[in-house]
Amino acid sequence: MSNPQIEIQLIAAVVAIACAIPGVFLVLRKMALISDAISHSILPGIVLGFFITQDLNSPLLIILAAITGIITVVLVEWIQKTGLVKEDTAIGLVFPALFSIGVILIAKNANDVHLDVDAVLLGELAFAPFDRLMMSGIDLGPKSLWVMGVILVITMMLLLLFFKELKVSTFDVGLSSALGFSPAILHYGLMSISSVTVVGAFEAVGAILVVALMIAPAATSYLLTSDLKKMLMLSVLFGVFSAISGYWLAHWLDASIAGSISTMLGLVFLMVYLFAPNKGLIAVMYRHKQQRIEVSLLTFLLHLNNHNEEEERHINHLQEHINWQKIRAKTVVDLAEKNNLISINNQVVSLTEKGNNFTSIALEYIITNKDEKIEHLKDDFFLFRG
Amino acid sequence: MTITEYFNLLFTDYTLRTITLGTAVLGAICGMLGSFAVLRKQSLLGDAISHAALPGIAVAFLITGAKDTNTLLLGALVSGLIGTLWIRGMTKKTHLKSDTALGLVLSLFFGFGMLLLTYIQKQPNANQAGLDKYLFGQAATLVESDVLLMLIVTGLALAVMLLFWKEFKILLFDADYTKTLGFNTKFIDITITFFIVLAIVLGLQTVGVVLMSAMLLAPAAAARQWTNKLSVMVFLAAVFGAFSGVFGTAISASQNNLSTGPVIVLVASVFVLFSFIFSPGRGLLFRQLRFRRNRRDLELKKTLQFMFGIAETHADISHPHAIKILNNFQGFAKTSLRELEEKEWITLNKQEWALTEKGFVAAKTMFETKEDNE
Repeated sequence: MSNPQIEIQLIAAVVAIACAIPGVFLVLRKMALISDAISHSILPGIVLGFFITQDLNSPLLIILAAITGIITVVLVEWIQKTGLVKEDTAIGLVFPALFSIGVILIAKNANDVHLDVDAVLLGELAFAPFDRLMMSGIDLGPKSLWVMGVILVITMMLLLLFFKELKVSTFDVGLSSALGFSPAILHYGLMSISSVTVVGAFEAVGAILVVALMIAPAATSYLLTSDLKKMLMLSVLFGVFSAISGYWLAHWLDASIAGSISTMLGLVFLMVYLFAPNKGLIAVMYRHKQQRIEVSLLTFLLHLNNHNEEEERHINHLQEHINWQKIRAKTVVDLAEKNNLISINNQVVSLTEKGNNFTSIALEYIITNKDEKIEHLKDDFFLFRG
Repeated sequence: MTITEYFNLLFTDYTLRTITLGTAVLGAICGMLGSFAVLRKQSLLGDAISHAALPGIAVAFLITGAKDTNTLLLGALVSGLIGTLWIRGMTKKTHLKSDTALGLVLSLFFGFGMLLLTYIQKQPNANQAGLDKYLFGQAATLVESDVLLMLIVTGLALAVMLLFWKEFKILLFDADYTKTLGFNTKFIDITITFFIVLAIVLGLQTVGVVLMSAMLLAPAAAARQWTNKLSVMVFLAAVFGAFSGVFGTAISASQNNLSTGPVIVLVASVFVLFSFIFSPGRGLLFRQLRFRRNRRDLELKKTLQFMFGIAETHADISHPHAIKILNNFQGFAKTSLRELEEKEWITLNKQEWALTEKGFVAAKTMFETKEDNE
C-alpha cells in the first residue's frame, strides 16, 4: 500500500464516521431527506465562496456553504409553516431551485471558474491526497483530512456534551421541552452540524455520496438494534467498513471511489435488510406467515366448537365453509392434529379435551379482549409449528 | 439572440422547434402526473426515482453496447420501477420510515450508477461518451423521434387518466373507502406510480437526474394554490408545466452558456412563488390582508365596547368624552375612530368623542345580547 492509498482510506473512514453520527439522528427524527436537500442546495454557497476566495478548501467557503445549508432548512420550514403545501413538497421545491441557481452561476462564469458541477456532485477522492496542507514549509498531510478531522472532533465533542438532550428531544419532543431543553436550539444545532459535515465532505466524496453515508449506515443499524448508543456504534462500524472495502472495490474495478463506497453501503444494507433477526425482511415475512396460520388455527377450532352436526365437521366440507384453499386447509388441520387439539374419525373432525380447553380460553380472550388472557395461551398449550 | 428573435426563429428553425415542443410536452405531462404525486404526499418520490434510474441506463448500455435513446430509457424505466417497489417494500415490511427509504434508494442507486458509469468510461469502447448527459440533461440533443415518443406517452397517460379518473380521484382522497367499495387499490396505485415513473424517465434526457423532481413538483404545487378541484388542478399544472418548458427554453436559448434544465426549473419556481403570494384563496398576500382586516374589525369593536361601557353610566349617552381616555387600553387606533365616525356611530369634536343614538343601539345589540347568551 502506498502512502496516498493509506491517506485516501483514512479520509474515507473519517468522512464516514463524521457523516454517520448526525445521520443516526436525522433518520430517527424522520428528517433523512433534509440531508439530500442540504447536499444539493449548498452549491450556490460553494460557488459564491469560490468567487471570493478562489480556493476550494478555504474556511470561508465552508462557512458560506454551511450558511446556505441552514438557509435551506429555514426556507423549507417557512414554506411548511405557511401550510400552502405539504411538508415533503416544501423540501422538493427548495433544493432544486437553489441547485439550479448554482448550476447557472457556474455556467455563466465558466471561463474563470475551475469548478465543475460533476465534481461537486460526485467528488473525486482519488485527488484528495494531492492537495496538501503546508504550514511554514512543512507538509502536514492532505487538507481534506484536516478539514474532516476538525469537523469530526467538533461533532464528537457536541455529541458527548449533549447526548442526553439529543436523546430526549429525538424520542420525546414534549418531554424535552418540558424539561427545559429548547427543541429549536437542538434542532438547529443538529442542522448546522449536518450542513457543516455535508460541506466538508462534498469535495472528497461528492454531494450524493454524503447522503448515502449519512442515511445508509443509520438505516442499517436501525434494523439491528433499538438502543441509541449501539445504533451510533454500529453506524460508525458500517460506515468505516463500507468506506475501506469500497476503496478496494474501486481499486479493483478502476472506477469511481465514491460510487463504489455507496455500492458497498448498499450491499451491506441489502444483507441486513434481508437477514436481520426480528426486523429483517425474511424474519418479518416468516413471522407474518406464522401469525396467519395461528389465526387460521384459531378460526378452525372455533368453528368446530360451534358445530356439533357431523356434516359441518366433515373434512371436505371445511374447505368450502371457511373458504380456504386446499393447501392452507391441510396445513391448519395437520397443525391442529399434531398438537392433539383435534381427532379425526372417519373423516369427521372433533375437538379433543385439550382442544376444548384451548378453544374456551381463546373464546374468553375474544370476549373480554384482555391481553393477559392470550399471553399464557401459547405457554399452556405448547404449539408445534409445522 | 434575443427573446423576440427566438420567437421568430421558433417557426422556421428545426432544432429550436423540436426542443421547444419537447420541453412543452414534457412540462405538460410532468405537471399532469405531478399533481397526483403531490396530493399523495409522494413529492419526493420523483427525486428518488430519477436518481434510481441511473444504474438502469448504465446497465442497458453495458448489455447492448448501443447508445440508442429508447433502449437506455427502457433500462432507466426498469431500474426506476425496481427502486419504487423497494421503497414500497421497505416502508411496508420494516419500521424504516418513508423518508429514510427514499433517501436510501436515491443515494445507493445513484452511487451504484456512478460506479457503473465510471467503469464504462474506462472500457476501451469509444461509444461510451455522452452517457453523462443524463446527469444534467441536454435539451439540445432532443430529436423529432424523442418528441414523438413523449407525445405518445402523454397521450397514453391522458387516456388512462380519463378512463380511470373516478378511481384515481377516490383513491387519492380516501384510500380506505376505495377499498371497501371493492376497487383493487393495489392495481390503481401501481398504475399511477407507473406513469409517474414513466414521466420521470422521459424527462431524464431533457432536464437530467438531479432536477427532474422539480419538474414534477413545481407546476403541481403552483396549480394547487389556485383551486380545490382536482380536474382544474391537473389542467392548470399541465399548463404551468408547458409554459415553464417554453419560457425556460426561450430564456436559455437567448443567452450563452445557459443549460436548459436549470432555467426551466427556475421558471417553474417563479410560477410557484407567484402562486404562493398572489393566489386569491390561499395566497400569502390576501391571507395577510384578510388577517389585517379582521384585526382592525376586532379593534373597532373593542373600542366601541369600551365607549358603550362609559356611555351606559351616563344619563345622556351622547355626553362628550376626551379621546385621551381611550389611549390606555389595547385596540385603540385612529383609523378605527375614523371608521366609527363614518358609520355615524360616534361624533368627533376636536379632542372629544360622543356616542350617537345609532351607535348606542348598535353597541347595545352587539354586546348586550352576548351577555344574555352567557
